[in-house]
Order: sequence, then C-alpha cells, then structure tokens
Amino acid sequence: MSDYPLINDLYSKDITQEPTRAGFGRGLRAAGESDERIVALCADLTESTQMHLFREAFPARFIEIGVAEQNLVTVAAGLARAGKIPFTSSYAAFSPGRNWEQIRTTAALNNQPVKIVGSHAGISVGPDGATHQMLEDIALMRVLPNMIVVAPGDSLEAERATQAIAGNGKPSYLRLARDKTPVFTTPDTPFEIGKAYVLREGKEVTLLGTGTMTYQLLVAAEVLSAQGIEAEVLHVPTIKPLDEETILRSVKKTGRAVTAEEAQAAGGFGGAIAELLSDKLPTPVKRIGMNDRFGESGAPTELLDHFGLTGEKMAVVIQKFITNVPRYHQW
Amino acid sequence: MRTNLTIPQLEEKANDIRKSIIRMLEAAGSGHSAGPLGLADLFTALYFNILSIKPDEPEWPDRDILYLSNGHTVPVQYATMAEAGYFPKEELLTLRKLGSRLQGHPEREKLPGLESTSGPLGSGLSQAAGYAYSMQYMDDIKHRFVYVVMGDGELNEGNIWEAAMFAGKYKLSQLIGFIDRNNIQIDGSTEAVMPLENLKAKWEAFGWEVLEIDGHNLESIIDAASMGRAITNKPVVVIMHTIPGKGVDFMEYDYKWHGMPPNHEQAALALEKLRTLDGKITHEGAGV
Repeated sequence: MSDYPLINDLYSKDITQEPTRAGFGRGLRAAGESDERIVALCADLTESTQMHLFREAFPARFIEIGVAEQNLVTVAAGLARAGKIPFTSSYAAFSPGRNWEQIRTTAALNNQPVKIVGSHAGISVGPDGATHQMLEDIALMRVLPNMIVVAPGDSLEAERATQAIAGNGKPSYLRLARDKTPVFTTPDTPFEIGKAYVLREGKEVTLLGTGTMTYQLLVAAEVLSAQGIEAEVLHVPTIKPLDEETILRSVKKTGRAVTAEEAQAAGGFGGAIAELLSDKLPTPVKRIGMNDRFGESGAPTELLDHFGLTGEKMAVVIQKFITNVPRYHQW
Repeated sequence: MRTNLTIPQLEEKANDIRKSIIRMLEAAGSGHSAGPLGLADLFTALYFNILSIKPDEPEWPDRDILYLSNGHTVPVQYATMAEAGYFPKEELLTLRKLGSRLQGHPEREKLPGLESTSGPLGSGLSQAAGYAYSMQYMDDIKHRFVYVVMGDGELNEGNIWEAAMFAGKYKLSQLIGFIDRNNIQIDGSTEAVMPLENLKAKWEAFGWEVLEIDGHNLESIIDAASMGRAITNKPVVVIMHTIPGKGVDFMEYDYKWHGMPPNHEQAALALEKLRTLDGKITHEGAGV
C-alpha cells in the first residue's frame, strides 16, 4: 500500500461524490468532541456551511452572529483571547470577502487562532452567479503573515483538515465548496498541514492541484497517459505554507509545471507556485484557473466545462503547453 | 489595579500622565495629541481604581479585561501603564521608534498587558463582546468584567453597530463601554462629518443602558463603572463628555490637534501649562 492511498476505482463514473463542506461539518463536530475549547460562530448560514452538526452536538458552544461578517471574525478574536478556539463560517464571498481588514488586524497581526471557514468558494457555486462565486479568497488570504491557508481536495480530506487546523494554534483559512465532488482519498489517507502529496508519478510535467481541482488533474493525467505523456500529479492542499521540498523535488525531475485552482489564476495558488519556482528553480509554469474575469450563473458542471476546469479540457491545455514550452534545463 | 488613592491623588496622577503624553509625542515627532490628553482621566481611573489587574503579572488569569478600540489614542494607555508599573517610564520615549515595544498603534504581541491589536477603527467592541460572551455563557465567570474604550468618530463604523446589536441581543452584562465623546474627528466636528446624535437614544435602541458623565470628573467615572458592574441584565455604555486636548489650553477643542504632535516649543509650553495646572499652581511641587 502506498503511503498516500487513493480509492481503487479512481476514474469510475460511479465514484462517490460529496461536497467538501460536508466533511467540514463532520470534522468540526469531531474536533469539538476532543477539545472543549472549540466554539463555532456563524453568520446566518449554519446549514449551508454545515455548522449545524456542531450546533446540534454542542448548542452552548455555538453562537449565532446574524448577517454581520465583520462582527463574526472580531467576536471570534475576543473569544480566542478568552482561551477559545473559534471557528467562523460563512460564504467565502462574505468572509473573507467582506471582512478582510478585520481578519488582518484582529486575527493575523493579533496572531489569534481564529479559524475562517469560507464555504461556497469557486464557480461551482453555480446558479447564484458571480456575486457568490468567490474567486479571490486564496489571493487575499495567502498574503497575510501568520495565516495558514488550506483548500482540501475532497470531503474526507476536509474532515481531516478541519481537525488539523483546530489544533494548530494559528489563524487559519479553510476553503470549501458548495457542490459535490469526487471523493478520491480514503479514510486512511494522511493529511498534514504544510504537506504536498504525490498522487501519480511521471516525468514529462508536474501537475499541481489544490482543492477539488486535484481530482481534475488526475483525470487530465489519465487522458495524457493515453497519448503517451506521463504526468506527475501533486496534491497541494496547504497553499500556505507550501511544501517546498516535495514541490521542488518533482519539478526538478519534470522541468515543467502546471497549476490548477477554482479561483483567479492571478495571485492565488498558481501565483504561489510561480513565486516559489521563480525564486528557487526557474521553470516554465502554466496556471489554470479563472483568467481575470468573474463567473456567471449556470449548473456547476456546465460552468466548470465552460471555463475549462475539467480534466478533459485541462488535458488539451497541458498537451499544448508541453509541446510548445521547453523544460527549464533545456534552456 | 485597585488602589486607595483619593480623588485629588488620582487627579495628580492624571496630570502626570498628561505630561508623559506630551513628552512622548514630542519625542516621537508624530502621533495624536487631543484624544490621549482627553482620555487621561479615564485611564487614570481605570488603571488606579476600576480594573482588577496586576501590573507585575499582565496575564493574571483572574484579571479584568480592557480593550482599546480607538488604537490611535494608545499614548495615554502606554503612559498610564508605565505609571502603574507595567514597564519603566524611560521606555515611553521610544514611542513609534524602530524596535520599540510601543508601536504607533497597540500590538498585543509586542507589549505584555495589551489585550489586542487595534488601530483600524470599529473592531474593539466586537472583541470585548466576544470575551464577555465567553465569560457569561461559556465559562461561568461572574466576577470579572470587560471594559472597552471607543472614540466617538469611530462610531461611524458599521462594525460598531454590528457589535452593539450582538451585545444587546445576548444581554452581555459584564461588558462596559466608554465612549470618548469629544466631538472631533480628523475632518472636523463629529456632527459635521457624520452626525451621531441622538447618541443616547441610538444605544438605548440597541438594548444598552446608557450613562452620561463628565469625562474629566474622576469620581463620576468611578461611579459610572460601579453602576455598570451593578447592572446585571444588559450591557452598559458610558458616554463621557470630554474636552479634546484637555489640560493644554491651546490644544483644547481644536480638531487640528487630533492627529498632530507638539513640536519642541509647543511641548515646553504644554508642560508649563500642565505643571502649573494652567496657572492655578504658583509654586513648584514634585513633577516634571
């Protein structure tokens, strides 16, 4: 067994699907059972963010804030000063979208272990449209000193990640999605903050995914393999801090990198990888994500296809990239 | 900390704190004058009478909690903390200098005794409310209180009213707010920039008990805090009418001094005013 086990039938049409937010709900309840300092606050979206599981289990440790995201994180900062480990939840468009300065000052600079859980991130929010499809949250959060940024790949990993950030003693951002996505990890798959994982080995290109886009990169790698291109796939659930060692080891081998995220391709995860590689191992990088535009209404699967965020569409982009761009050590 | 200082002794302390503020701001060459001078009486009352705190043990678990929401007035807090023994008074002259623990706006991790980091306005009340909620609903703590100092200009911020609604809903009775009602903000008078009145009615509508006092009367400040602690079914806010720049006549009521430090000559003049209580004292006592 690999030290990073994946499910057996990875490319089955019947793969189990579940939203990452569901894993968060279970993870928070489990964290709450093992540590009574954990409390939860929500801004009028308790079931949407799946915080209701915690509220039902620990009603005295849940606080309804109402539609007031600035108050949400600052009340949490006060609770943290009183010795609590507060988890705050809303849609990512509102938290950290609306209350970024409060997060910066009272959680990050103040260095309090406030947990910001942004659900409904990405275009797969679907019919609600661009206002609710948060695409800039990774960029906003990863530039904050002290802040940990995690985008789990599936619901099981979201469950593990929630428990991990509950105990890390740091201000942390957890990025979640509304729509169901394939569950590709198993109950035995590890998760550690700050670790990237090699899901598939190859030597032509390193594909780096964060959040639910990692599964799409696995699909892309399968398509490319059929064309004789062996891609290495890395899952990078922790965007800050990056697992530099694992990433550099892979890119040193392949000489090319492609990133994928359900967010703005500028400033986000792809930006973080490009920064790392330009500093330490200058390498051609192709960033896949939203290209300086907002989303729009539609069904989640339609939108992912429309904006090129499916494995099949990515495979075409990656193939072109490999054909046209030399590896770094061929320069 | 709880001391037995009499009102005249506290008044003397407040005057000493004002002198420290002038010296600090002159040395720093930047910073806010009016607000800190106007708050010297409140901070004297807090640190030498109202708060249950131990300056030699800043993280004493049983302490009362003080949040400074309008962080730009922090020179008054630093000066009072030094007076109370949190750190040596000489350190006050490092205000705003590279490597100093006394940052231009308060940073919790830099200086033991600060409960939070503030400066961007409007976020202190929420944090105080979060702490008070923890005491009242989660930790079964009844004997400790959370105090928060706010400016009046900062009441323009929506975050304040989100917090006011929250504290009102949960009847946070261990939460006591002080508003520095000095009627000035950077662009002019508060009522010209963005009217706050009827301020008392606003807070009452949000479920708060409102007290109105002269913010330079130490007895009134101490009484208001006692009343605040005695009211057990709702949060209490004390609207303190203060004079911006209090104690230095050429700074009083002049909004230009909101965000400006005195230069050397102005500082000397200000210290002279404070040393003689604006001419009321004709002989030199202990002091500067």
